[in-house]
Amino acid sequence: MSVVNSVRNIGHAVIDAIWRIGYATRFFTLILLNSGSSFRRFRLTVKELYFTGVMSLIIILVAGLFVGIVLGLQGYEILKRYGSESALGTLVALSLLRELGPVLAALLFAGRAGSAMTAEIGLMKASEQLAAMDMMAVSPIARVVAPRFWAGVISMPILATIFSVMGVFGGYLVGVIYIGVDEGSFWSQMQGSVEFQHDVLNGVFKSFVFGVAVTVISVFEGFDAPPTAEGVSRATTRTVVQSSLVILLLDVVLTAFMFRGN
Amino acid sequence: MERTSLDLWVGAFVVAGVLALTFLAFKVGNMSTYNASESYNLKASFNNIGGLKTTASVRSAGVLIGRVTEIKLNPQRYEAEVTLSIDKRYQFPKDTLISILTSGLLGEQYLGLKPGADDEMLKNGDAIKQSRSALVLEDLIGQVVASKAENAK
Repeated sequence: MSVVNSVRNIGHAVIDAIWRIGYATRFFTLILLNSGSSFRRFRLTVKELYFTGVMSLIIILVAGLFVGIVLGLQGYEILKRYGSESALGTLVALSLLRELGPVLAALLFAGRAGSAMTAEIGLMKASEQLAAMDMMAVSPIARVVAPRFWAGVISMPILATIFSVMGVFGGYLVGVIYIGVDEGSFWSQMQGSVEFQHDVLNGVFKSFVFGVAVTVISVFEGFDAPPTAEGVSRATTRTVVQSSLVILLLDVVLTAFMFRGN
Repeated sequence: MERTSLDLWVGAFVVAGVLALTFLAFKVGNMSTYNASESYNLKASFNNIGGLKTTASVRSAGVLIGRVTEIKLNPQRYEAEVTLSIDKRYQFPKDTLISILTSGLLGEQYLGLKPGADDEMLKNGDAIKQSRSALVLEDLIGQVVASKAENAK
């Protein structure tokens, strides 16, 4: 009997997952369809931009600086073995622009802003605010979900870009000021190997994709959360776990497309 | 609708993002050192280009003056045809020598231009006649081994 039960449980889990994916897709199209009416009240999006973007700024600034400092120290240690310390700028800038900036900023964003979005929408649902809006013929998706979605999508590339800049600054602090790598070669080697389209814009595009993924997961989990205290707490956990995994998975796919060894 | 301090913060946030992108473009990236709009194209053929890639730099006396824009194989002569785009400010004589060089021992490959003494200058679309191929380590070792074998006889 237990064998039958375990098979049944697996089947149930698979069907449930597919069900949720379908529901999430329908939810995503609903957000896009309702974006027009939420843009007409752009004030709401600006308010959410403040809460998701501006409030995440401090953690992004500090984390970017620390990552840049570590990259500078570790990179110098390795490059010294080959006598090419002057390539430190290249190493710091390329690793930040292509990978660390978009990915780490998105992970921090998922933890800082994504979880807050899920908890907020989940609590609104639990306290029946969303149902009340529906009663008053106000679409909760246009009023609550779409502004949060667009705020996340807009602020993610900005945060990732600022993260990269802070990282480069951290690498500069360690490499040039603390260790004493030649300042001229630090910047010129960096400029010689970083290409605007291939490196900078690809990084920005990556963070845009991550922004869409993280915010869709966050608002969906909040909207779909069971209206209980436990349900909201589980949805918040799921947001952070799923966003992190999706960010890393998307990063693999995007990197495979963008940097195929040429 | 009135302005609030919230708008100020969001505005500052967006401005910071734009500034960061400009910094990445001009200080970290190469937008300031090379401008694609004022350039002309030259062609060159090589027997072997080694590891040269598109977007590799073109240098003369060590100064960056352009980039490789296209590499393809000429199907008639089985030679590599390389197209380079060079900054308009720099003109080169007709008998310029072009060679594939390596920066450092393990660095990436780039093109070096050594100007000749001709009075006529290369124009847009011209081909550089004199070229020197990349140094391929395997060929070099093969030559050394062959000459040793000759001596041993």
